[in-house]
Amino acid sequence: MIELVGITKVYPGVTALDGISLRIGRGEVLGLIGENGAGKSTLMKILGGVVAPTAGVVRIDGVDHAALGVNESMRAGIAFVHQELNLFENLDVAANVCIGREPRRFGLVNRRAMRARVAPLLERLGADFGPDTAVAGLSIAQRQLIEIAKALSIEARVIIMDEPTSSLTLRETERLLGVIDELRTGRVSVIYISHRLGEVKACADRVVCLRDGRVVGELAQHEIEHATMIRLMIGRDLKALYVPPEAAQAGGGCVLDGVVTEAFPQQRVDLAVRAGEILGLAGLVGAGRTSLARALFGIDRVLGGSVLLDGSAVTVGSPREAIRAGIYLVPEDRKRSGLILDMPVVENITLASLRRYARLMLVEKRREATVSAEQRRRLSIRAPGNDTQVVTLSGGNQQKVVLAKWLSMSPRLVIFDEPTRGVDVGAKNEIYGLMRDLANSGVAILMISSDMEEVIGVSDRIAVMHEGAISGVLERPDFSELNVLRLAIGHGLETAEAG
Amino acid sequence: MVPKKELGLLILLVVISAVTAVLNPLFLSGVNLLDMANLIGLFGIFSIGEGLTIITGGIDLSVGSMFSLLGVVFIDLVANRDVGWPVALAAVLAGGLVLGALQGFLITRMRMQPFIVTLCGLLIYRGAARYYTDDSTMGFGYSDAADTLSWLAAGRSFGVPHSFIFLIVVAAVLGVVLHRSVFGRYLFAVGKNEEAARYSGIATNMVIAGAYVLSGLLAGVSTIFLVFYTNSVSPSTFGNFYELYAIAAAVLGGCSLRGGEGSILGIVLGTALLQVLQNLVNILGIPSSLNFAVMGTVILLGVFADQQLQRRREKAIAVAAQRARMMGVTAAADPAV
Repeated sequence: MIELVGITKVYPGVTALDGISLRIGRGEVLGLIGENGAGKSTLMKILGGVVAPTAGVVRIDGVDHAALGVNESMRAGIAFVHQELNLFENLDVAANVCIGREPRRFGLVNRRAMRARVAPLLERLGADFGPDTAVAGLSIAQRQLIEIAKALSIEARVIIMDEPTSSLTLRETERLLGVIDELRTGRVSVIYISHRLGEVKACADRVVCLRDGRVVGELAQHEIEHATMIRLMIGRDLKALYVPPEAAQAGGGCVLDGVVTEAFPQQRVDLAVRAGEILGLAGLVGAGRTSLARALFGIDRVLGGSVLLDGSAVTVGSPREAIRAGIYLVPEDRKRSGLILDMPVVENITLASLRRYARLMLVEKRREATVSAEQRRRLSIRAPGNDTQVVTLSGGNQQKVVLAKWLSMSPRLVIFDEPTRGVDVGAKNEIYGLMRDLANSGVAILMISSDMEEVIGVSDRIAVMHEGAISGVLERPDFSELNVLRLAIGHGLETAEAG
Repeated sequence: MVPKKELGLLILLVVISAVTAVLNPLFLSGVNLLDMANLIGLFGIFSIGEGLTIITGGIDLSVGSMFSLLGVVFIDLVANRDVGWPVALAAVLAGGLVLGALQGFLITRMRMQPFIVTLCGLLIYRGAARYYTDDSTMGFGYSDAADTLSWLAAGRSFGVPHSFIFLIVVAAVLGVVLHRSVFGRYLFAVGKNEEAARYSGIATNMVIAGAYVLSGLLAGVSTIFLVFYTNSVSPSTFGNFYELYAIAAAVLGGCSLRGGEGSILGIVLGTALLQVLQNLVNILGIPSSLNFAVMGTVILLGVFADQQLQRRREKAIAVAAQRARMMGVTAAADPAV
């Protein structure tokens, strides 16, 4: 019925998908697994008609489509249950299910017909709420059911669920798996994307694994085991990126003692980042790494525990306080929070330390320009001049401007959140070099990264987060994709083989 | 660096003045010019404060009503309560400062929208002024207690109105503050990208509140000049719409309502242009009922022209960036889709 043939998607500089072919059978539950960035989301966007493939076709009922539009995708019966749900909170359940297709009488919405249409769908899904319930008061699990009801009401043949259980409780997850069973008996297919291998094992009839934009393996139902799935997900060649530190450091650094963040109020984070080391922080998307960074930098409140720098506790109530203590953040979204894009390079570099280049509160532009020129040379930022607007620079050079801002000051702990996202290969290596130089000068570095190659290639040690807590810390001899992945999905190092 | 926007505005100002002068030479008479200078001074001072709030990405709708409230308080203190003018002056300036600080507090700490906060300010201050005076006009009567201040505010030196001289001083001082000081840089940074500014350790709340405090203080100063210009205050009409003149002047002068853009020189030129337009309506015998219509049309055309130029400039930047990338500096691939 629905088939992907040789789908390729090339972004400038990156091949996100490389000749993927995939068939979805009627009433089949297909588990789709793979690491962060393996290409799962891009593939599903192509199926949904949001992104057009560079090559390949989507074959629907024997008809080839080179580029599927959103409407064609919908008409073909492909529906999404998103990670972020798209419901109108101010409307009730029935109105949400029928949105855009309301039954009408005399041009007005026929509420009775709408209710009659929605009630049996909810019943079929075993919902514990009726069509008149207001959406605003419902839980995420209940909202998911509304999305599924919506999909059923347009007679969807394939429902794509992208990490549907990431914010569900155990019981809600079990119920969702029940609903998936119910869909299967109704001959509706489900593409189930999840990092939670237990759930995949519980519901999938077949598993396809993506890695680096290719299908690397397929498991029939009887082959679906944790160990086989993990084996498929890992195993790519990692380039040798590692540069060892120059000399052992005398101690010091940053210690997190039972830090509690807003995202995971039940979890305590204990972690030590030694001065002079690069500590990689790995984990799945949503494991709480960015929340931890935000708390340490004073953007979110630290709900409990303490942060110690070189043995003494520091308070980080705001980025201002964090910066004063010597904790700097190179944020994940540099365009939004790292840079002021339509300000010149020089003003971005000196923004955080402007008072140093001022006398009587007036900025001494010559000193400012000198510092900026020095930083540009030191980090080899390729910009025509100090007054170039940052928006015109390439991603790598923009990231270096963010770095230059902090390097012109005196850091003690620098947190890099996805430091090379959207950065080309050459600039990547330069940024790794700068991080190493910074570590060698005695700074503690915490590098959050979802890029396995980067985590394993650059870090001196790797800490892994799982659902808000540190699930393990690996030393260099234990570095492997397998170990990082096991810790990231919450399996212990020993138990994973058995699972 | 040539401030292109200001240059364009200056040319527009000169052209409109020249055309008006040709149509009616009285435009260039000493009396008319000095009269205009006085009005430019009166309106320019608080327009600068307005501009500062707009640069942070906000707006201050309350200044017109502030004039009314602070104006009746001032006259009441001087004429009815025998308070010396220095004390009354201090009270008005402090009043502007406090009202500005209050609005700044609500906007930054309580996270309320500037438009709402200052709109409510507009309503509340106006109401308070009318209640305070039982809605009747207040004048100085026969009191000459404030003669010195009256001369300072409404007098002339070497023929030049003091309000105009004071505007030049305020513009010079705040020009340095905005374009040379740390605070000024922070104002632009906060207006362009508040989050990135906060991530750079800037106390963004203090910076934004500072803009409203300055706007309030300058409104207090303007109150004194306006009171001595009219010599009386009718609380229901005094300063009506003046916040709109200020916003118009700031926008005409290159401040973007999105924040992060603008200059003191631009705001002063914008004020001047508005006053020249008003004068033109009078002096060319255009029905004065068309006053606002003329002003609105010119602002609309001015902002439209500026936007077209801006778009061309952005295109030039994009082309330059592309060329830079082709010369070996590779572009960022963006796989994070």
